Amino acid sequence: MNTPAIIKQDERAIFALRSLYRSFGYSQFKMSKFEEYDLYVRNKSFLVSDHIITFTDTNGKLMALKPDVTLSIVKNSKDTPDSVQKVYYDENVYRVSAGRDAYREIMQAGLECIGAVDNYCIAEVLTLAVKSLSLISPDFVLDVSHLGILSAVLDSIPVSLGGRAALVRCVGEKNLHGIDEICISEGIDPKEADALKALVGSYGAPADVITKLEKLLDEAAQPLIKEFSEILSAIPTEHIRIDFSVVNDLGYYNGIVFGGFVRGIPQSILSGGQYDNLMKKMGRRSRAIGFALYLDLLEELEEPRNDYDVDTVLLYDGTVDLSLLTATVSELTQKNDAGVLALRSIPKKLRYRTLLKLTAKGLETADETHA
Amino acid sequence: MKPMLNVALPKGRLGERVYAMFEKAGFECPSIKETNRKLIFENEACGVRYFWVKPSDVAIYVARGAADIGVAGKDILLEYEPDVYELVDLHTGVCRMAVAAPKGFRYDPSRTLKVATKFSNIAKNYYASQGRDIDIIHLNGSIEIAPILGLSDVIVDIVETGITLKENDLEVIETVVPISARLIANKASFKFKNEQIEKIANSISMQVQAEANK
Repeated sequence: MNTPAIIKQDERAIFALRSLYRSFGYSQFKMSKFEEYDLYVRNKSFLVSDHIITFTDTNGKLMALKPDVTLSIVKNSKDTPDSVQKVYYDENVYRVSAGRDAYREIMQAGLECIGAVDNYCIAEVLTLAVKSLSLISPDFVLDVSHLGILSAVLDSIPVSLGGRAALVRCVGEKNLHGIDEICISEGIDPKEADALKALVGSYGAPADVITKLEKLLDEAAQPLIKEFSEILSAIPTEHIRIDFSVVNDLGYYNGIVFGGFVRGIPQSILSGGQYDNLMKKMGRRSRAIGFALYLDLLEELEEPRNDYDVDTVLLYDGTVDLSLLTATVSELTQKNDAGVLALRSIPKKLRYRTLLKLTAKGLETADETHA
Repeated sequence: MKPMLNVALPKGRLGERVYAMFEKAGFECPSIKETNRKLIFENEACGVRYFWVKPSDVAIYVARGAADIGVAGKDILLEYEPDVYELVDLHTGVCRMAVAAPKGFRYDPSRTLKVATKFSNIAKNYYASQGRDIDIIHLNGSIEIAPILGLSDVIVDIVETGITLKENDLEVIETVVPISARLIANKASFKFKNEQIEKIANSISMQVQAEANK
């Protein structure tokens, strides 16, 4: 028999993640559910969705139910370009998920490392992203990209600003034929985008892809490849794949960005990267890197279904003495931690394993199972 | 044993043409050719399961992971913007998304342009890129009659041969975007069934190239 899980997957994950982040010295960042709407309007394209639930506060200010955590953390943290602040959070956010058309409460956990972010911080955040995914499932992949390398390759293609944005979209879709079409519409030889197409096509284990990149790209990109390689060689890469199709918004993100996938969940469950550009836009001198895990997606993972609503039903009638009834229920719950439901009559469609009847004559086992 | 690869194919002639490409790539499933009303076919030896779905639903099956890969028209990808990889242009099911108007139509920039279409998102993005103010009228079919009845000034729709337009005294005035069928993949499946998906994508891409070089 499958017993109902008392702790649900997302709750289990939160406990495990909290303890993981604490063990690396991250402290919890608690925040209000609301934030001034203005914060999101100024950084609209940083958000996954531009649908925001708003309301007017008692003082007339337009407020929003948080659609995102990172912006609030940056806004409410000090600008510390000489030291590093490491925080983690688990909060509900409210927004419309991609491909859906209604607001949802989404449980999100994650961490941010803000301040004098060096290569150690980047390696640590990547390691924690890997460890976070491993707490959810042993079968996972973390795709990592370097937006500096992508930008260097894009710079070598003489296209308009609109054309560049369209190229980035194609990179995100692994759309090689789309890259050719854009080149043609911009009046340039598609061969000019050969390096970009090779970049998009090079998906695989870090060691293999780095060797390919060293041969493929020109002098200007080599220091970036070296930096990328150094960071990746400092962390366990068994589950890491280099994938340049991870393209978070280039206006906010830079450097290393990544996305995590778990077998059984059809979309990315973890998303993160360096967001120095966002910090600059918000007037900060600090650098920053972080990631978020969308724990609502854990529902997609197959959990053993409960065969029964309750293990045992205790049916009693009006003739039973009240103290006998309470004593019997008490005794049964001590013996049976799978659950005892005491009722006068059985609701339709209730599924139970054992039916007991308590009458003035005493306790008897009824010979029916209802599943 | 390798996990089964789930493939969503568009019901109809396009789907049959596309299946032939999968077959050539080494993922055959003979039972699919039997005439019956079954919608799911699998070949365990090849590790592949095909299912026929409504062409406009393929992208939903793939984005939500019910199918690992599928074949969808570029019109559907532009309209619904599903979060999927677009791996190969199959150069089949070729047509174009176009703006059509009654013969002799003259655009009056001082008035809001009324546009009837099934593809609201494509129409909205197209006119936004030109900075034109439009009023979108979303219809589900028989778009061609909207300008005749004065419901709209123009229509944005798929044009294959242009015969329907001609018969309704309409003509194409602008091409929005060329359309053809695309091989798409679920982003998570691409990681976990990478070998199979890359094998199919590479083979189909070579078949398309060979056809183009003929």
